[in-house]
Amino acid sequence: MKTLRWLAGTVVLLGLIALIILLPFRSIFFAENPTHISFVGRVIYILILASLMVLYRVLKGPTAADRIVAIDIFGILIVGLSAVLGIATGRSWYIDIGIAWGLQSFIGTLALAKYLEGRSLGD
Amino acid sequence: MTDTIGMVFIGVGLAFDVLGCLGLVRLPDVYNRLQAATKCVTLGTCSILFGTFLMTGGFTTAGFKALIAIVFLVLTSPVAAHAVSRGAHRAGIPLWEGSVVDRYAEDKEGEE
Repeated sequence: MKTLRWLAGTVVLLGLIALIILLPFRSIFFAENPTHISFVGRVIYILILASLMVLYRVLKGPTAADRIVAIDIFGILIVGLSAVLGIATGRSWYIDIGIAWGLQSFIGTLALAKYLEGRSLGD
Repeated sequence: MTDTIGMVFIGVGLAFDVLGCLGLVRLPDVYNRLQAATKCVTLGTCSILFGTFLMTGGFTTAGFKALIAIVFLVLTSPVAAHAVSRGAHRAGIPLWEGSVVDRYAEDKEGEE
């Protein structure tokens, strides 16, 4: 039974990734700068797949620490997503969004860890 | 040529990201999940940012910003992971029953 569940999960995950890579990609957004657009679009879809897996852990997670870890990982994934968007549009301020999001995510994770530990923020 | 190398870096980073998120879903314990997810996703995102540095043409504005983001991410992500794991241990979240060693609890018993 366990082997069956492993096989099903592996097939679903690899099938989704192969579907993203193999299907032809049509660009709806970013029409003004079409260099690398098919590559970057597939990268964005795979990052969205990884973010959905992280959101499953946020919803399901048994303890509060699981949710904090998942939110931290989600912030780091968004830094990569904004860098890739910077390639697609050719505008460098998308990477600024990534840096600012990483900073906010770091401070938020530290504050939540202190709260989990049971101390006040002034210690 | 530089674009191809950048695409290879971004592909490697994506593989690390997906595997780290898979570890976050599949592993049994907070500490195991933290270990897999933080290391894999930090390395993967740093690789994606280095590929961005290569694909946007080296030392341009976007390239410098990508390098600054790499340095920032490498400095801050282990600090956040360490704080979360220390907080989780102090909050009394139990380890998985298959864990073999808990050095932090032994250290705390030695202090008291």
